[in-house]
Amino acid sequence: MDHHHTHNTGSRDLRMARSMCWHCQSEMSGEYFCERCVKVQPVSKETDYFTCFGLPRRLTIDLKKLEAKFYEMSRAFHPDFYQNKSETEQTISLGNAATLNTAYRTLRDPIQRAEYLLDLEAGSVKDIRTSPPSDLFEEILELQETVEAYRASDRTSETGRQLLTRLMAERQALDQRKQDMEHHLQQICTDWDSLQDRGEATSQARTERDRLLKQMREILSNRTYVKNIVNDLAATIG
Amino acid sequence: MPRIVGIDLGTTNSLVAYMKDGKPCVIPGRTGRPMVPSVVALTDNGLIVGDSAKEHLTRSPERTVYSVKRFMGKGLADVQNELAYFPYSLTERGGVIRITLGEKSYSPPQISAMILRELKQRAEAHLGESITKSVITVPAYFNDSQRQATKDAGLIAGLEVLRIINEPTAASLAYGLQNKTQGTIAVYDFGGGTFDISILKLKNGIFEVLSTNGDTHLGGDDLDRRIADSFLDEIRTASHIDLSTYPDHMQAVRLEAERAKIRLSDELKTQIAIELPDGKGRYTRELTRDQLESMVMDIIERTLTPCRLALNDAELAPAQIDEVVLVGGSTRMPLVRRRVQELFGKQPHGDINPDEVVALGAAVQADILSGGTTDMLLLDVTPLSLGIETMGGVMSSLIRRNTTIPASAKELFTTYVDGQTGVDIHILQGERELVKDNRSLARFRLKVPPLPAGVPRIEVTFLLDANGILNVTASDMRTGQSQSIDVKPSYGLSDNEVEQMIEDSFKFAQEDVAARKLIEARLDAEALIVTTEKSLSDGARLVAQDMLAAIRDALTALTAAKGGTDPKAIRARMADLEQTAKPLSVTLLDDSLKRSLQGKKVSEVT
Repeated sequence: MDHHHTHNTGSRDLRMARSMCWHCQSEMSGEYFCERCVKVQPVSKETDYFTCFGLPRRLTIDLKKLEAKFYEMSRAFHPDFYQNKSETEQTISLGNAATLNTAYRTLRDPIQRAEYLLDLEAGSVKDIRTSPPSDLFEEILELQETVEAYRASDRTSETGRQLLTRLMAERQALDQRKQDMEHHLQQICTDWDSLQDRGEATSQARTERDRLLKQMREILSNRTYVKNIVNDLAATIG
Repeated sequence: MPRIVGIDLGTTNSLVAYMKDGKPCVIPGRTGRPMVPSVVALTDNGLIVGDSAKEHLTRSPERTVYSVKRFMGKGLADVQNELAYFPYSLTERGGVIRITLGEKSYSPPQISAMILRELKQRAEAHLGESITKSVITVPAYFNDSQRQATKDAGLIAGLEVLRIINEPTAASLAYGLQNKTQGTIAVYDFGGGTFDISILKLKNGIFEVLSTNGDTHLGGDDLDRRIADSFLDEIRTASHIDLSTYPDHMQAVRLEAERAKIRLSDELKTQIAIELPDGKGRYTRELTRDQLESMVMDIIERTLTPCRLALNDAELAPAQIDEVVLVGGSTRMPLVRRRVQELFGKQPHGDINPDEVVALGAAVQADILSGGTTDMLLLDVTPLSLGIETMGGVMSSLIRRNTTIPASAKELFTTYVDGQTGVDIHILQGERELVKDNRSLARFRLKVPPLPAGVPRIEVTFLLDANGILNVTASDMRTGQSQSIDVKPSYGLSDNEVEQMIEDSFKFAQEDVAARKLIEARLDAEALIVTTEKSLSDGARLVAQDMLAAIRDALTALTAAKGGTDPKAIRARMADLEQTAKPLSVTLLDDSLKRSLQGKKVSEVT
C-alpha cells in the first residue's frame, strides 16, 4: 500500500468556491450563516485557519482571545445544537466542528502554527531531516556511540551507571538546545509579523520574506530532529 | 422533540435519569432504589434482569450473566486470562464473544440490551410515556468497537442512541451544573470494571476535556477477585477443598468478598463467613481494613499511572488542578481517597453520590441535545490515536489521542502497479508503533479505477464524530466522485447481525410479556386457590353438598390450568371458580357479619 500525507485541510487541493447558500440559493454575504434563511454554511475549503478565526496571518497570537473565539464558534457549530435540524445541516455542522477543532489545535501551539504558516506561504510540506544538522553532527555521533555502549552494558555495573549518568546529562543538554531553537524561532516569528505589519511591496521586503521563511523551515526541521533524538533517548534510559 | 433519557450502563449497576425542571434526577424502580444490578439470569420462566436476577448468582451461576460490560466490543482472545473467573460459558462467533445461556447464545450487546430494556420500561412507567431516545455513557477509554457495541445494544433495546458520552465527562456536567465550578478539574472514575481519569477546563459553561486516560479492564471486580482469591487459598490450605470446582460456592465467595470490601469502607474490621460444600462446615475469619489494603494496594497503584499520563498530556502539574471529583463505587474505599489526595495534593470532592453522578450527567447531556439546556457545551476528546497500517507493519497515526472531537483527517491514496483496481486499508487504534500492538478496528478495500501506477488519486476522509465513533468516506480527486465504503469491523457486529438481533429482541420482548403474564396469572391463581380453600374449610357447613362439589371441581380445573403455560386459560378457570364460589363467599360474609353484630345494639351499628 502506498499513501501520501496531505495537509489536514486539503486547502489547496480542492477549490470549490462557495458563493450561494445551499438552501435558499441567495448570494452569501454572511461568513458562516446565510443572512436570509439563517442556515449554517459549510466552512469553505479555501478558508485558512487564520481566516477561519478572523485573524491576520501573524505568528503572535493572543491565546486568551483565540480560546474565546474558539468557544464562541464551538457554540455556533457543535453537532449538539443541530440535533433537531435537517440531515444536511447536521452534516455541515459535523464537518465545520471538525475543521474548527483542527484549526484551533494548529494555531494554539506555536510550533504547529509556524509549520502551518510555512506551509501556506511557501507551499510545501515539512522537511524531514534524516541526518543531524551540521553544528550538531559530532555531538549526535558521539551520543549514538554512548547509547550503543549503554545498551550493551550491564545496567547494574559501574560502567552501566556511568554511561547512564552521561546519557542523562546529554539529554539535558539537548533539551536546552531545543529550547534555544524555540527562542530563536520566536524571534523570527516576531520579525515575520513586523515585516507583514509594514506591508511593503519592495523587492527588499520580498527578499526579507524569503529569508525569514527559509530560516523558519531550517529551525523547525532541526528542532523536530532534536526532539526525536530526545524522545528516543528518553525511551532508552526511561 | 420526544424526551431523551440519560443512561449509565454500568459494569455492576445501571441507572436511568432525566431532566426535571432544569435539574437532573434518577428514576427509582418499584422498590424505590434507582440502581438496577447489571445482571441477567435465565430461569424456568425466561430471562430476568436486575435485582431478581442477582439472586440467581449463587443459585444458578452458570445461567446468570454479570459484568457483561467487560466483554463489549471484544473477542475471546482478549479475555482469555480471566475466563476461569466467569461461571458462564463464553464462545466466539465472527470476532464477537457469545455467552451461552441454556440452549441459546447471546452477544454482549444483546445481554446489555436486556438491561437497557429494563431501564427503558422503568422510565416509561415513571414518566407515563414511550421512551425511544437516549444518551448512554461509556468509559472514556473505550475504543471504537466498544462504543459501537454500546450503540448496538441501544438499538437492540429499541432505544436510539443519540449520543455516546464518556462517563467522567458526564460526571463533570452534573458536578459543574450543581457547583457552578470554573477552573481545572480532574475526574477520577473508578467503577466496577473500568478506570478513567479525565482532566477538564470549565469556563463559562464550556466543558473542555484537555486529556483522558484509563484502563478498561481495571475496577472493583479486580479488587473482589483479589480478596476472593485469598479466601480460596486459605480454604484450600486449611480445609483441603478446591472451591473452584463448585461454581455456586465460587459466586458465594466472590459476593462475600465484595460485601466485606464495602463494609470495610466504614469499619476497621469485619467477619467473614463462607459455607463449605459437602457438609465440611464453614470458613470464618476476621478481615481488617489494613489487611484489605495491603491485599489490593498494587491494584489501586495501577490507577495512578494513567493519572500521571493524563496530567502530562494536559501539560499540567498536579498543583494546577483546582478540584478533584470522585466517581464510581470503588472511590468509597478510604485507601483510594488517600492515594488520590496524595497525588493531587488536595482533598477530593465526593459530595454528589458517586453511584448516581454519571447517570445525572447523561441526563444533562440529553437535555442539551433536546435543546433544553443551551448554555452548557461539552467538548470531549478521543482517548486513543487513530491510524492506518503502512508498510512494514507500522501504524501511521492520523488523529492523535486527546484530539477534540469531532475530528477529521484526510489521506491521499494511489496505486503501485499499472491497472491495480483496489487498495486494502486497515484501520487501527492505539499508541504503539507496530500494528500488532494496537487494536484492529476495521478493514476495507478502496476501489480504484484501472489506470497506470500512481495516476489514481483517492482521498479518504476519516471522521471521528462527537460520539468518538469512526466514519470513513472516499472521493476520487480526478473525477470528484465519492464512493461508499463498506467497512468490516474487526470486533463488532455487522449491520445485518444488529438488524437480526433487533428482530429477535422484539420476539424476546413479546416472549417477555407473555412470560410476565403467565407469572402474574399463576400468582393470582395461587392466591385465589388459597382463599377458596380457606372459604371451603370455614363454610362447608353453610352450603349444600352439590355446591361444595361444584366448587371443588372448579378448584381442580384451576389447579390443572395453573400447571399449564396459557395465561388465558388460567384467567378463564379463575373466572369459573369465582363464579361458582360466589354463593359460598356471600354466605360466609353474611355469616361473619351476623356474628360480629351479635350482642350489639342497633344504635351502635348504624
